[in-house]
Amino acid sequence: MKDTSHINALENEAVYIFREVAAQFERPVLLFSGGKDSITLVRLAQKAFWPAKIPFPLMHIDTGHNFPETIEFRDRLVEELGLELIVRNVQDSIDQGKVKEESGRYSSRNSLQTTTLLDSIEEFKFDACIGGARRDEEKARAKERIFSVRDDFGQWDERNQRPELFDMLNGQIELGQNVRVFPISNWTELDVWSYIKEENIEIPSIYFAHKRKVFLRDGLIWSHSDYVYQEEDEEVLERMVRFRTVGDMSCTAAVFSEASDIESVVAEIRDSTISERGARIDDKRSEAAMEKRKQQGYF
Amino acid sequence: MEVLKIATAGSVDDGKSTLIGRLLYDTKSLTTDKLEAIEKRSKKNGYDYLDFSLATDGLVAEREQGITIDVAHIYFSTKKKSYIIADTPGHVEYTRNMVTGASTSQAAIILIDARKGVIEQTNRHFFINNLLRVKEVIVAINKMDLVEFSEERYNEIKADFEQLMAKRDYEDQKITFIPVSALKGDNVVNRSKNMTWYKGETLLDHLEDLDLAAVSNVGTPRFPVQYVIRPKTDEHHDFRGFAGKIYGGELSVGDEVVALPSQTRSKIKEIYFHDKKYKTASRRSSVTITLEDEINLSRGDMLVKAGDLPTIDKQFTATISWMDSENLSPGKKYVLQHGVHKVLAKVANINHKIHPDYSGVDEKADSLGMNDIAEVTFKLNKPIFYDQFKKHRTNGSFILIDTQSNNTVGAGFIN
Repeated sequence: MKDTSHINALENEAVYIFREVAAQFERPVLLFSGGKDSITLVRLAQKAFWPAKIPFPLMHIDTGHNFPETIEFRDRLVEELGLELIVRNVQDSIDQGKVKEESGRYSSRNSLQTTTLLDSIEEFKFDACIGGARRDEEKARAKERIFSVRDDFGQWDERNQRPELFDMLNGQIELGQNVRVFPISNWTELDVWSYIKEENIEIPSIYFAHKRKVFLRDGLIWSHSDYVYQEEDEEVLERMVRFRTVGDMSCTAAVFSEASDIESVVAEIRDSTISERGARIDDKRSEAAMEKRKQQGYF
Repeated sequence: MEVLKIATAGSVDDGKSTLIGRLLYDTKSLTTDKLEAIEKRSKKNGYDYLDFSLATDGLVAEREQGITIDVAHIYFSTKKKSYIIADTPGHVEYTRNMVTGASTSQAAIILIDARKGVIEQTNRHFFINNLLRVKEVIVAINKMDLVEFSEERYNEIKADFEQLMAKRDYEDQKITFIPVSALKGDNVVNRSKNMTWYKGETLLDHLEDLDLAAVSNVGTPRFPVQYVIRPKTDEHHDFRGFAGKIYGGELSVGDEVVALPSQTRSKIKEIYFHDKKYKTASRRSSVTITLEDEINLSRGDMLVKAGDLPTIDKQFTATISWMDSENLSPGKKYVLQHGVHKVLAKVANINHKIHPDYSGVDEKADSLGMNDIAEVTFKLNKPIFYDQFKKHRTNGSFILIDTQSNNTVGAGFIN
């Protein structure tokens, strides 16, 4: 037996945050997208509560346009760990007439998720929603708190946030409000990848280089799929690609890569000169795109 | 990988965001797409140089006004360390943000404009880092290019700052002066060719060489119980683990411990991190501890080593930093959160307001407004187990929560 000093400072911090959530809230939920960040969250939650089970469910807001590999992975993980999974579908919100499907070249269901998410929070009366957002991802996220209060309408008031001092997290809220919790706020993309490597965490295959039918537009690599709008003159190519971030097929661009295992992915990230969200089509809409979506309740 | 958290403080236009941008640029931490966005904006604003401050000023309102209004976190790493910079604004009205940023940092960079020298704001920035017990302070004298890289000017400013240092009450604090030009890149990452008279380290070299153990304030071990883990499964039927983070020193299997508030004694049986057992748990690790005896412990209680008890009291005096637009006044009640322990607190008396400028002037006050710093006496409905902030940064601090708005309205440092 040895001492604990080698344990990663970021891991200790995340475990502490998970325990604060379980202690301070009655109905927490972990928002699970099937992406590497939410998979990392599941591993950290396991560590925080061992030998007890994770004391809250997972919830996936399914746009219906996910990569099939992600959904298969999600279902397998939930079964292996004996976790409770709630799925709510954007398609239902569309059918109920609450949101309208976008059309045209850049159409995506990504922003429609917000309505489905807010409805599910109300349906289950969740008071804390744990997400895998990181401050290094984007400049509006750099100002996000670890416990971030949302009002009845799910809105973020970025000018009026609670100060967070030392380790103390204030989760006191009124009925109807909820708190978004970000346990890996202080991790960078490289930290997440290094952790996945060290911990031998399994992730969906689309994160590794594979052959895929794609087309090029605006300097980005788009997936050729029924869910993605494509012009007739946009030629379909077959290329070795992988994904650095996994959202909806319509808003996630690929990168050319030969990195087929975790070692080569970590090496690639280390040398990379394009930031992770550079491959997110939804952020390219305008410089303040993320801040606007966050104010409306997006994760 | 070691993680170093740094708070920055400077007045408007001291070039704080530019300094951070320069650090990111010269360590090649800015990615192609971010650089492109900066080039695009700089051009649009009609600048003839790259405006690195655009890399950090996140919110739309800030970009419009050209100032930083909230704490932003910036990340970069070298082969040696990972860095987290809390970029906090320097206005008097943002004292609360500076206090917040300093509370989670082990080091601070105070910026001084070489043309202006030590000004009232500098006093405040240094005072706050002193109050918050930030051990490593770097005074970056910026815009040296605008004073012709003058050694004489640098020495003048240094001498002025040293007069402030004479007033502080924190002897362990280490202070380093570095002349820089953030805009031109002198002595930030690369050694300046214009200031050969400066023999010290560049800013980055200094940060790289900091010994993390040495910049931490280490008190004796305190283990506040965060959460009780009772799996109630066949395999772990009798498991009863106390989950929490260790603050200060270390705890080992076999240590004789006292549970507070009951003052029951027991011994540490096992220490877990996840499913692995450890002999010793060091400070800042989030572990799960089991005890030899079955004693009743719940969230907010504390385990400490026998013979090393903190103060257990229902009344104390603290220096507080007020952070809310609604005033604090005597007689008001707040939720006081000390670590993970919550009690009700009543403001018994505002002893005096403190001018955060080392002027030594204390004034009587009937109430406190946003950004005021004052000495206040509190009475609690239940005792807490605390140490003086000077001796224990975590076990000597607390936050105040408004019982109606639920907002965090103040931070306190127990005297």
